[in-house]
Amino acid sequence: METDLHDLTAAYALDALSPEEAREYEAHLARCERCRAELASFSEAAGALAYATEGPAPPPELRARILQQAQRERPNVAPLRPRWVAPVAAVAAVAACVAVGLGIWAATLSNKLDRRTQELGREEKVAAILAAPSSRSISFGRGVLVVTKSGEAALVVNHLRQPAQGKTYEAWISSGGAPKRAGTFGGGKVVTVPLEGSVRPGASVLVTVERSGGVDAPTQKPFLSVQS
Amino acid sequence: MREYPAMPRSFAHLSDEAVVALVARSDQEALAELYDRFGRVAYGLALRVLRDEKLAEDAVQEGFLAAWRNAERYMPERAKAGTWLLTLVHRRAVDLVRREESRRAEPLPESAEPAPQDSAEDDAWLRFERERVQAALRKLPDQQREALELAYYGGFTQSELAERLGQPVGTIKSRMFAGLARLRELLAEPNGESTWKPTFTT
Repeated sequence: METDLHDLTAAYALDALSPEEAREYEAHLARCERCRAELASFSEAAGALAYATEGPAPPPELRARILQQAQRERPNVAPLRPRWVAPVAAVAAVAACVAVGLGIWAATLSNKLDRRTQELGREEKVAAILAAPSSRSISFGRGVLVVTKSGEAALVVNHLRQPAQGKTYEAWISSGGAPKRAGTFGGGKVVTVPLEGSVRPGASVLVTVERSGGVDAPTQKPFLSVQS
Repeated sequence: MREYPAMPRSFAHLSDEAVVALVARSDQEALAELYDRFGRVAYGLALRVLRDEKLAEDAVQEGFLAAWRNAERYMPERAKAGTWLLTLVHRRAVDLVRREESRRAEPLPESAEPAPQDSAEDDAWLRFERERVQAALRKLPDQQREALELAYYGGFTQSELAERLGQPVGTIKSRMFAGLARLRELLAEPNGESTWKPTFTT
């Protein structure tokens, strides 16, 4: 009864199925794209319920115990430098070759997956900028602007509320003339934004709230302004 | 604990998803970072379900170790990293509470125990999230809220709930479905759009 199984998505997201029901639903999930999509959004909603609880902080020993047990299971190789920067570049290079070779196939990838991959790509780009030996950091209370010698820059903002529906944050680089678009972004606990365009010494990075998709010139007063 | 003498690493600029990607590469510091970001919420959740500190610690530990073992299978296009991790912890907590039949009763109402101390910044963020989700929960019809709370915090299966509430399983299923769909909608709503200003949450 496949139609009945669709209806189990909410119960599964809440962990409210018996082990047998859960197994049956998981088998169905492998065949049903609609349920996979629905489960993703139901799981976010169910996960939010975790935040509605309040109570004491966990005992400090718990952290140490988890880390010790993790190490016992799978000792890691001590990273003496940020070893993930080089592999990321290598992976990106391989991915680029594969993408060229399989261009047609790549074009069929879902937009959603693309977007997630781009988001991770942004993180990696920011990581590379932060790890560059020549980078300068300009702190501004709510975050930091990091600029490499060649002018590549990343903005890191902490605890930024999600923009209202239909709105986006947009970054601008101003070097005296009209501010140039430097990318749009949303809110979050730690927001990392690799800026498009280069930031020369003395240039300012501004952030405004604009309509979704961004605009060509700022229409609002910047609520954030950092001089490099 | 091992030491990393050469360079203290900072994860502050990395998203939760990027931290999980590092955990998948057996990076223990990344696991510590993940714990620092979600340990508190995870413990609060486990304690709400299990109502026993020792068992709650077990659920959190097993959940984080499951993350450590399975991080390479995590798919960012399927779920946010936080959701994925809290699902692992919740599943362990529910498994444990189902084994502890004697503890099964009404899930506690909102704990009266105040959360003390902790860093001001984390507290502010957590408080913001907590108030947002609690407000959304309050807007649900009572029967839907009851079904969600008994299932998620009480660890009851849909069949147990049906029996407990004297309703057909189909009714319980619909309440959970409608309740979760409505909660999803409420959580997606921006708060107070007309007066909305960009603000920091701390």
